[in-house]
Amino acid sequence: MNAPVYNFAYLDEQTKRMIRRAILKAIAIPGYQVPFASREMPMPYGWGTGGVQVTAAILGRDDTLKVIDQGSDDTTNAISIRKFFEKTAAIKTTTVTSDATVIQTRHRIPETALNDNQILVYQVPIPEPLRFLEPRETETRRMHALGEYGLMHVKLYEDIARHGHIATTYAYPVKVNDRYVMDPSPTPKFDNPKMDDCAALQLFGAGREKRIYAIPPHTKVTSLDFEDHPFETYRFDAPCALCGSGVSYLDEVVVDDKGGRMFVCSDTDYCETRRADGHQGAGFGADHQVS
Amino acid sequence: MYVAVKGGERAIENAHQLLAHERRGDPAVPDLSLAQISGQLTLAVDRVMTEGSLYDRELAALAIKQARGDLIEAIFLLRAFRATLPRFGATEPVDTAAMHVRRRISSTFKDIPGGQILGPTFDYTHRLLDPSLTQDAQVPEPAQGEVHDAPMPRVTDILGADGLIEKSPKADSDQPIGDLTREPLSFPADRDLRLQNLARGDEGFLLALGYSTQRGFGRTHPFAGEIRFGEVEVEFIAEDAGFAVPLGSITLTECQMVNQFKGSATEAPCFTRGYGLAFGQSERKTMSMALVDRALRARELGEDARSPAQDEEFVMSHSDNVQATGFVEHLKLPHYVDFQSELGLLRKLREEFEAAKEGDVTLAEAAE
Repeated sequence: MNAPVYNFAYLDEQTKRMIRRAILKAIAIPGYQVPFASREMPMPYGWGTGGVQVTAAILGRDDTLKVIDQGSDDTTNAISIRKFFEKTAAIKTTTVTSDATVIQTRHRIPETALNDNQILVYQVPIPEPLRFLEPRETETRRMHALGEYGLMHVKLYEDIARHGHIATTYAYPVKVNDRYVMDPSPTPKFDNPKMDDCAALQLFGAGREKRIYAIPPHTKVTSLDFEDHPFETYRFDAPCALCGSGVSYLDEVVVDDKGGRMFVCSDTDYCETRRADGHQGAGFGADHQVS
Repeated sequence: MYVAVKGGERAIENAHQLLAHERRGDPAVPDLSLAQISGQLTLAVDRVMTEGSLYDRELAALAIKQARGDLIEAIFLLRAFRATLPRFGATEPVDTAAMHVRRRISSTFKDIPGGQILGPTFDYTHRLLDPSLTQDAQVPEPAQGEVHDAPMPRVTDILGADGLIEKSPKADSDQPIGDLTREPLSFPADRDLRLQNLARGDEGFLLALGYSTQRGFGRTHPFAGEIRFGEVEVEFIAEDAGFAVPLGSITLTECQMVNQFKGSATEAPCFTRGYGLAFGQSERKTMSMALVDRALRARELGEDARSPAQDEEFVMSHSDNVQATGFVEHLKLPHYVDFQSELGLLRKLREEFEAAKEGDVTLAEAAE
């Protein structure tokens, strides 16, 4: 039988070079979706294969990797991806945002501000922001080429006409460097402002759809809006029940079957660090223990 | 209480252990050997090799065993392994006319040079459950026939000799064959890439699409010109040697559909082709593939493309079952961050709705 032998960080060097070329092109044209020859990875499509390939291509032996899903290091898929790189690359891993040099994420941007020594790798399911307005790739590529984004503004306007608000709450479209409209991956729009003028390099990998795109450090990223309906992020009514933070994105936890709810930070590292620093929320130490 | 936050790592390990336990089943029952799978679940192995794009019976059998018989999972295992293999180059095109045929039928001619050879087929069996298979019953030796050296030309070549069917395009050795596992796919895609996509595509998906063309969604008036199944030689031109080196033989099924004709002011009308090829004995797959291949040639043949099977972006973007299953099943992953933002908006909209309703009531009362 052909016993498999795997390279550092799983991918062979030829594949890594191909991905690095796509990444360089993506950095050169901020927000533009670069096609790349995505490989079959040993985890399913839609479970982070794009992010995993980008991470595998950029990871060096001295890197420290953090993997989060829904803001947390301990969700099952984050653990699975972290273990994958521990096994195939034998690199250091961490859960502390500020200690990481590469952070792979699904659906969140860490609350702690990133620095210029870090790369944030996003897992992207549908890279095309216009996909649900126009299902054809041939059409959407043309629309990007011509900068024809009227359809998107019409969609946002229709939301306002119908609901009084823009009804997009996650994967909220942004314009990068005043040129390309880009899908920020399904992060809540709460995180959109963090992408603007970010010190860290932001890379986006969509494995199934075979696209890589990027936001270079300190690039202008604006969320689409209207003068009379400016972009606004969702505000929570109460601070985190555990660490008391009033500025973080919160997860709603159903604590009983009588309508009881608890709101806690989605970014577990941020929440734990704050608690270690002595911050406390109203629900800390009460009935609803976090173990 | 809030168990979702921690303990994921141990939960994963435990789940994998439980999976391994379930896969093995009752330890009192003997373990399945790879030889049993590859020798007795032959058609499952054929399908996994075809859609997994890797000709290796032993690895395909291993994948089926590991996947507990879930063929899409087995295809996925094989594909992930294939992705890591180095490429030495491309073999010479295989010559199916020189196939060592085990089965060969044509529905267009009653008799053909080389004859109709039924071979091992479910066709014409009565689908009655066979209780004798509950035990290891003796199977009678198959009937033996004489081996003829007579050539067995492809039916499409017979038609082609009279110019009744369009010419098969000649391979251009200067033009490298596309490989969508190495280069990202873009549209419009040429036929080499379309055929590769279909060969890797999900049998069920292609079956449904092929079926839809028969029911009028992109009708192509197909005839099964020929289906042949057997062994072909694979040759590779080694740069150092400078000549073709035989690598061995592989088992293939080929289906050539003969479809409605086409002509123009400058060309006499002739039948058109739809092509299907797969590893092992995969007749349903190759027939479906040939139907869809022909339907996808609508643009090239100047036909109206109005049906799903004629729409290459629709077909090629959704034919891959490894991609499809991954994305469908990724809905199992946590989405609570996105869901939370939807919840927030929905609550806000409902509050505004209630407030507006109360406002209306107050207005109505004021009017009275």
